[in-house]
Amino acid sequence: MASAQTATSSGRGFDASRVALYVVLLFLALLFLMPIYVMVVNSFKPLDEIRSGNLMSVPIEWTVEPWLAAWSTAQIGVQPTGLRPYFVNSFLLVVPAVVISTLIGALNGYILTQFKFRGANLLFAAMLFSVFIPFQIVLIPMAKTLGLLGLAGTVKGLIFVNVVYGIGFTTLFFRNYYAAFPNELIRSARIDGAGFWGVLGRILLPSSAPIIVVTVIWQFTNIWNEFLFGASFSDYSSFPLTVALNNLVNSSTGVKEYNVHFAGAFIAAIPTLIVYLVSGKYFVRGLMAGSVKG
Amino acid sequence: MATLDLVNVQKSFGSVKVLHDISIGMAHGEFLVLVGPSGCGKSTLMNIIAGLEEPSGGNLRLAGRDITQLAPADRNISMVFQSYALYPNMTVAKNIEFPLEMRKVEKSKRAERVQSVAKLLQIEHLLERKPRQLSGGQRQRVAIGRALAREPQLYLFDEPLSNLDAQLRLDMRTEIKKLHQRLGATIVYVTHDQIEAMTLATRIAVMKSGILQQLGTPYEVYNKPANLFVAGFMGAPRMNLAKARLSGTGRELALEIQVGDRPRVIIPLPPQSAAVQEYAGRDVIAGVRAEAISYVRPGMTPVPGMQHVVQAHVEVIEPTGADTLVVLDLGGAEFTARLEPDLDLKPGQDAAFLIDLTKLVCFDPSTEAAIF
Repeated sequence: MASAQTATSSGRGFDASRVALYVVLLFLALLFLMPIYVMVVNSFKPLDEIRSGNLMSVPIEWTVEPWLAAWSTAQIGVQPTGLRPYFVNSFLLVVPAVVISTLIGALNGYILTQFKFRGANLLFAAMLFSVFIPFQIVLIPMAKTLGLLGLAGTVKGLIFVNVVYGIGFTTLFFRNYYAAFPNELIRSARIDGAGFWGVLGRILLPSSAPIIVVTVIWQFTNIWNEFLFGASFSDYSSFPLTVALNNLVNSSTGVKEYNVHFAGAFIAAIPTLIVYLVSGKYFVRGLMAGSVKG
Repeated sequence: MATLDLVNVQKSFGSVKVLHDISIGMAHGEFLVLVGPSGCGKSTLMNIIAGLEEPSGGNLRLAGRDITQLAPADRNISMVFQSYALYPNMTVAKNIEFPLEMRKVEKSKRAERVQSVAKLLQIEHLLERKPRQLSGGQRQRVAIGRALAREPQLYLFDEPLSNLDAQLRLDMRTEIKKLHQRLGATIVYVTHDQIEAMTLATRIAVMKSGILQQLGTPYEVYNKPANLFVAGFMGAPRMNLAKARLSGTGRELALEIQVGDRPRVIIPLPPQSAAVQEYAGRDVIAGVRAEAISYVRPGMTPVPGMQHVVQAHVEVIEPTGADTLVVLDLGGAEFTARLEPDLDLKPGQDAAFLIDLTKLVCFDPSTEAAIF
């Protein structure tokens, strides 16, 4: 805003390089928005119109039928249930997985920064390893582990897997945030009589809002959009939304209902869109706060 | 009623010794200031007293109880930090209440304490604010309030004034002194500012490189510095130090100052102690405070044996308002004199100055220790 004003006040009205910049940015924005546009317009068209017309045009005859079908009647498993039960599954998976992995991340960050024990850096490096590991590698050992724990094919099992592989990131976020946390506050709390949990619960966590927001957004979008573990470790009763959507699109019964598929894909994307729109600014701010000093 | 005894406290990080055998005994109600340049170990010593760091050797006793192995929370100590360390998520009232809450003091009693502490420090109107809404001086008061709330046996202050601007620092310094006089509490205070040390302390511990250089009252540390380091560190301007020859014998001694090809200045001394007499005929380092040199006005006569008149060359004149610092060339050595502000002196002029011989201290040039 401020730089735009200085550009206009420079006397020539506008600046050629600035115009070029905005043209490029506008073009890129359109490029990113194009798939969303295609999804939205086609999800409101009857199937005939998609087959006969072109994908870019606005619907001639508007209908919400595809949305209703995707939500409650589309054939996904054996029953024509729509995405609704899987949407519920995804929430039952995401909420506990996010809460648990965030809390463990905070605890790890606290211990790794405040208690200098032998091998702390090695332990942290090992945890970071899970951030870089391709998840395909762990599918078979994890399947065995879930079987041993009796969690195979359940939402609980998926929560476990997502928590385990989320801890690397959440620990990284909290460790870096707490590394920049003023040490004197913690020393002061210790002299004032706060114990291990007192320091964490009364001093650190209440001052961690930015990094908690970052971690929650990060974990929420990752686990919500996660497909591989969902496809590998769940069954018909415990599919998350991503797997259900895949089944909906790949179902081989009769004609391909593109309008229903578009509507279903959009339904699957709505929660993450909402999370980004509501707290996106905290996300950027929090990432800076954690990284600049860390 | 608390006394603090540090007995042979040591600290090493690996092979690096940061504290060598520190032993200090404090009576109840004493205000001990640990002072020294950065890296002298004063903060480490304070952290050891607080229990935030473990000593590598030695013992600490508070009110006769051995606290060497106790956790910080169990020592009955409060600490005021340089950065105030107010909990940002709590109001001022909650901050002051926190140490009481952690010790499971009854709620009504807590509220009572918060009120009385707030009244004492005149921060009652700030109780509902968050720390970020306070100015530096207000934060400092709240931090002191939190330390007072618990009525501990010992208070620790870790450079509490160094984040304040100059004027506020003077005000808070006076307040801390008043507070000490009112509470009669035992206090250990760390600073690198020698003026703070002089004004606040009942006793000063001067430290350098992890070694206790001198432990004494502000008067002793200022007037009878134990060695060259203490002489140079305490006081602004620093003590004038010059190499001199101790001539004569027995009780008839004189200092001869001559640097380069400047005319020699001879200062006859009053009768000295046996220790000084042993240095007859050898080099010593003579120390004179700036205020022990004064200007000779017409008609003044020196007190024999106590004062001596010397001729010196005026080099620089620095008025500070209350008094004027004059840099003199005395036998080739530079001496700073603290003189009255309204003197009619010019740089380049030669004039007569009076040295107060009772304030003169001699140091051994090789050991740097004072000779008394």
